[in-house]
Amino acid sequence: MSDEEHVTTETPTPARLSTLDSLEAEGIHIIREAVGTARKPVLLFSGGKDSVVVLHLATKAFWPGKVPFELLHVDTGHNFDEVLEFRDRTVEKLGLRLQVAKVQDYIDDGRLRERPDGTRNPLQTVPLLDAIAEHKYDVVFGGARRDEEKARAKERVVSLRDEFGAWDPRNQRPELWNLYNPRHLPGQHVRVFPLSNWTELDVWRYIEAEGIELPPLYYAHEREVFQRDGMWLTPHASVRVKDTDVIETRTVRYRTVGDASCTGAVESPAASIQDVIAEVASTRITERGATRADDRLSEAAMEDRKKEGYF
Amino acid sequence: MSAAPQTTSALDEHGVPDTTRTSLLRFATAGSVDDGKSTLVGRLLHDTKSILADAYEAVERVSKERGSEEVDLALLTDGLRAEREQGITIDVAYRYFSTPRRTFILADCPGHVQYTRNTVTGASTADALVVLIDARYGVVEQTKRHLAVAALLRVPHVIIAVNKIDLLDYASGPFRSISQHVQSHAESLGLPNVICVPVSALNGDNVAERSENTPWYEGPTVLDILETVPSIDQGADAFAAAHRHGVVHPTAADAVAEEGGWRLPVQLVLRPQDAAVSEEYREYRGYAGQVAEGTIRVGDEVVVQPSGKRTTVAGIDTATGSLDEAHTGQSVSVRLADEVDIARGDMLSSAPDAAAASKTFHAHVAWLTDRPLRVRDRVLVQHGSAVVQAMVTSIDGILDISLPGGTLDSSIAKGTELQLNDIGVVSLQLAQPLAVEDYGTHRRTGAFCLLDPQDGNTLAAGTARAQVPGSGDETYISI
Repeated sequence: MSDEEHVTTETPTPARLSTLDSLEAEGIHIIREAVGTARKPVLLFSGGKDSVVVLHLATKAFWPGKVPFELLHVDTGHNFDEVLEFRDRTVEKLGLRLQVAKVQDYIDDGRLRERPDGTRNPLQTVPLLDAIAEHKYDVVFGGARRDEEKARAKERVVSLRDEFGAWDPRNQRPELWNLYNPRHLPGQHVRVFPLSNWTELDVWRYIEAEGIELPPLYYAHEREVFQRDGMWLTPHASVRVKDTDVIETRTVRYRTVGDASCTGAVESPAASIQDVIAEVASTRITERGATRADDRLSEAAMEDRKKEGYF
Repeated sequence: MSAAPQTTSALDEHGVPDTTRTSLLRFATAGSVDDGKSTLVGRLLHDTKSILADAYEAVERVSKERGSEEVDLALLTDGLRAEREQGITIDVAYRYFSTPRRTFILADCPGHVQYTRNTVTGASTADALVVLIDARYGVVEQTKRHLAVAALLRVPHVIIAVNKIDLLDYASGPFRSISQHVQSHAESLGLPNVICVPVSALNGDNVAERSENTPWYEGPTVLDILETVPSIDQGADAFAAAHRHGVVHPTAADAVAEEGGWRLPVQLVLRPQDAAVSEEYREYRGYAGQVAEGTIRVGDEVVVQPSGKRTTVAGIDTATGSLDEAHTGQSVSVRLADEVDIARGDMLSSAPDAAAASKTFHAHVAWLTDRPLRVRDRVLVQHGSAVVQAMVTSIDGILDISLPGGTLDSSIAKGTELQLNDIGVVSLQLAQPLAVEDYGTHRRTGAFCLLDPQDGNTLAAGTARAQVPGSGDETYISI
């Protein structure tokens, strides 16, 4: 057929599934597939919006049964109280079991040392891998999305990790059609990312469509903050406030919720889900660029952490 | 959730594409080294305003650090350290963008022959494949390889972006001769829907914006095509409607879809008992899966494979309520009228055109691993939700893309083993029967992977072909 014959800008029949319907169905398929082959699956659950959405998909995937796996939180010891409260309430409501691996325990007994910059995000890897080994988890669900970061954009939905939890980006398995391959040798495990194809905006649209509750930090509130490296940090117990830091009260919200020492707030009046959607849709700055100090370290900061077994 | 997505403009009150109403298209890009694929991808992202300021600034900064005057848009997608260091794309990068008409998942695939396995990964889920050709050089070996992959995987729509036409002063002659060459090659591969578009990715001609430099070209832009072709998820109606509008050639898949046949690989048996969310569901028993094709309706007669048992659909459930019917792509739980022994790995299918289970089948496979495949090798076949032991009983030929003309079948040369990136025809013997169908008519249930029984690695992508080659039933050209 030549190009001249093929002119069509006519609108085809409407799709039966919207983008969000397709993403939800894909996420449920991925979760069911991984659980179908797993001996002992677990979901990494921080109370952040992405892990909350994965948990929500899991409740739909196994309905009318309960979610058939436990949750694991790697607690840096620097988490926001509101998020921990939300985490515990969610676990309780769904009747699930939560395991907590504490970075603080490792620091207390000397297995890990505090970093000079005070951030504990990179310190999560060892407690995470120890928990996976101790509980013999073979399938580990996470809420990571490919649109978050350019190393993540290259990772498979089902990602094989070796005995050290390491990701080998140059030797990934082909991932064909919707046939996911979670097979692995003893000692290895797979990370599974059901939200791989979701964007930040998709997550928010879904939270709106499904009426999903989040920690209050995600919405605009007044907070004492100070500026560092272009981010608004909160004078949390974990943050070393310098004499030169000017603490002021601003209306802010968090786009991501992580370790308080390196997760920044953004100035925002967005107090409702609809406000947040409008803000996310019109933003000109990426989610991690705006709020994560640890990703600003270098071009390959995330790739390097993932090779060491990070989320 | 939402019920009636649109492919016309769907903006919310803030002027933002509303993904509860737009449809999703998955597409892949492939090209050979230096034909400007990354620039095309960058152009698509740039012209649809999908690059955020800090990401653009980072690329700008790195481009400058390397002494480049121009902003190298390839840096946006080359996410791995080795890729940036070597200036090549190694693995598929997924990018996400949307227009008021549609949401896109773009699998940006590496061009180098060494990374064909990643191209296969990106193209296997694609509704459309954009293949780059440098207008100065025309169809090269990598183009033929990409078209062969598209034919193997039966990517429904192939868009050939004939790039760098600015370097040929926007002349129509080279484009027309490349178009003819591509079309005749595509036809021989059995690829029906191939559209050629003259573009300059660098200047944006006919990518998202119609170019004034090509008055002799009256066809759509690349983005026009991506915004309007039906996606696989859109199922039978969309294909039928598009067919009526002359967008696609009729295929056997359309015919089956119009007949209403459906398939559902069973992922899990949902039997909550003590773990039920409430007492009323204690005795619930449903078969969970994603509709592979067609529309399941309550009351449909069902054949369970491989057992061949028959029953009917008593109900279709989701966590948010029961449905009268479920369409391609939906994840549901199906209740059946009779107690039938069904486990993960079984497949439910509509009775009138039920899939047949068999212990032998023929297939094309793209061999994606370093060690070769030989006759009598033991492998695992992953098909739907089933994994079954298998043995390679014969290697019937290897595709030689350098052979001139003819169909892919006539380009099959003799051979005894498949090497990395070879596409070959093999026969497999299974330890247990599977309902493997012809990929040309059943895209989901004709697709399979070969796995290594020892370390579990994925070895090959396979597309099954109709039984008994050479028996005269090869009227549809499964490649």
